[in-house]
Amino acid sequence: MAQEYRVLLEHADKINPESVAEYVKVGGYKGLEKARSMNPKDLAEEVKKSGLRGRGGAGFNAGMKWSFVPQYPETKYVVCNFDEGEPGTYKDRIIAQKNAQALLEGMAICGHAIGSNNGYIYCRGEYPFVVEMLKNAIGNAKESGALGEFNIEVRMGAGAYVCGEETALIESIEGHRGEPRFKPPFPGVEGLWRMPTVVNNVETFACLPYILTNGAEWFAGIGAKGYPGTKVLTLTGDIENPTYFEVPTDYLLRDVIYELGGGVKGGKKLKAVQVGGTSGAFIPPQNLDTPIDFDSMGAIGAALGSGAVFVMDESRDIVDIINRIAKFFEHESCGQCTPCREGTHRCKEIMEKINTGRGSLKDIENLKVLARVMQKASLCGLGQAAPIPITSTLEHFEYEYLRKLV
Amino acid sequence: MSNYMDIIASCQDKAGGIIEAYHAIQKEYNYIPEEALREAAKAFKLSEAQAFGVATFYSYLSVKKRGKYIIRMCESAPCHVAGADEVLKAMEAYLGIKVGETTPDNKFTLELTECVGQCQATPVVTINSEPVFNVKPDMVPGILAGYK
Ligand SMILES: Cc1cc2nc3c(=O)[nH]c(=O)nc-3n(C[C@H](O)[C@H](O)[C@H](O)COP(=O)(O)O)c2cc1C
Ligand code: SF4
Ligand code: FES
Repeated sequence: MAQEYRVLLEHADKINPESVAEYVKVGGYKGLEKARSMNPKDLAEEVKKSGLRGRGGAGFNAGMKWSFVPQYPETKYVVCNFDEGEPGTYKDRIIAQKNAQALLEGMAICGHAIGSNNGYIYCRGEYPFVVEMLKNAIGNAKESGALGEFNIEVRMGAGAYVCGEETALIESIEGHRGEPRFKPPFPGVEGLWRMPTVVNNVETFACLPYILTNGAEWFAGIGAKGYPGTKVLTLTGDIENPTYFEVPTDYLLRDVIYELGGGVKGGKKLKAVQVGGTSGAFIPPQNLDTPIDFDSMGAIGAALGSGAVFVMDESRDIVDIINRIAKFFEHESCGQCTPCREGTHRCKEIMEKINTGRGSLKDIENLKVLARVMQKASLCGLGQAAPIPITSTLEHFEYEYLRKLV
Repeated sequence: MSNYMDIIASCQDKAGGIIEAYHAIQKEYNYIPEEALREAAKAFKLSEAQAFGVATFYSYLSVKKRGKYIIRMCESAPCHVAGADEVLKAMEAYLGIKVGETTPDNKFTLELTECVGQCQATPVVTINSEPVFNVKPDMVPGILAGYK
């Protein structure tokens, strides 16, 4: 039977996340020691070889990202993306609350690879209790000498989903409105205060100590070949066990729902599942036998994204849910570029019209045109991804729209 | 209660510290008063318009006076399907105000929010950032009665 495989969460609730001493007892800070015995180039190479790819959504090879950082500038930054704004997602909170020291250790490992002693954690404003805990954990790690010269400061976000986008996050740390920058240049070359900056997700950093301790081959051998390791998922919606799980990345979506999740709530039938948060595609039941890894999800037109799994039973009104999601994007668009600012507004307007029984076939055509323009012409991933819930439901659940038209 | 001048001064040396200052001010006052905004602009060498622009970009920050307890109802999709609308209606009925308003006794402000990252127990409301789980409409009076 398909089971959980816990690496990051192996000692969850058994150790105090703030305490270096307890973390060391279960093997903590060995990875950093090993990393510091290597030269930085070899370290980045080792991480590249492990196949670790970003857990924040874009799935970029972590070691490769680090290797783009130029050596010569004296000041560089390691930034942890703990904005976690994707609705239905709380896995970074769980990783931090259960294993904060692994996150700190992972950041210090990255610091050694790129030659930086300056770390920032950008934590969403809705988690003030996590910010306190992280500050204590950092204090304990500094006092005990575990981090050596590496420093970490925690900064708080303030309720803007777009600040999860790495360049908007950088703007926010700098004290500005969180408006994404045009890329290139990428943060690896020109990031925080225009200096080279690596931005990685909480989960990406937290994998690093285990990769260093157990070796790149070990990690590369877990789960799916193209996206190895484990993934922490959060289950929401109409599911018997609405909780979090850590699974190998070749785990099937069907097993997430019917084994770990205990099935659809109340024994009802499944209508759709949305993976990756609110910007993810809606997946119909016939595609459930797909592994959750990045590439397999991509192959069915979906995305692993943040690892949120939102389950909807047969009684759910897809159009009503899409209407709600359209309002989310209208609210969260930063307004900097026209395709997204106008596009999210019009999407919302049309969805509202259809949802209240006033829509026509022409509205559906307009939605499709809008979606194309937004996907092609928006400046950042928010505007590009915003139409995905609409297009994926028009593809798989068109009848839900048609029955609401005038 | 610490003075906003002291709070701003304590963040002034941090590069980009204006958002940290806003958080700390809001923790004391429940919103960012206009005079505090003006002082922050001076301290961080921004125009008042820029300082205002930063504060209003972020939905967790408020430049409008709010009550002692800030209730935020999550309306993201997982909370939506779990019945957030009904909970919101029950809140409005109990408090006698609409979303965005503050009760006449300045005790409660009711707001909407997107996901607060507590989706294991939907629907979720936060009261002064503390999450309350699995809220049902009939639980609303009992929950709010606990806030004096
Ligand atoms: C609108 C938007 C929101 C995002 N939100 C997050 C987030 O909350 N957390 C995160 O780690 N990455 C988020 N990302 C992805 C980041 O831009 C970036 O790719 C990621 O932090 C890189 O880390 P990784 O390579 O370890 O995944 C978001 C991207 C976009 C376009
Ligand atoms: S796509 Fe949307 S969120 Fe991104 S820069 Fe444009 S307006 Fe802002
Ligand atoms: S969806 Fe409401 S707390 Fe996450």
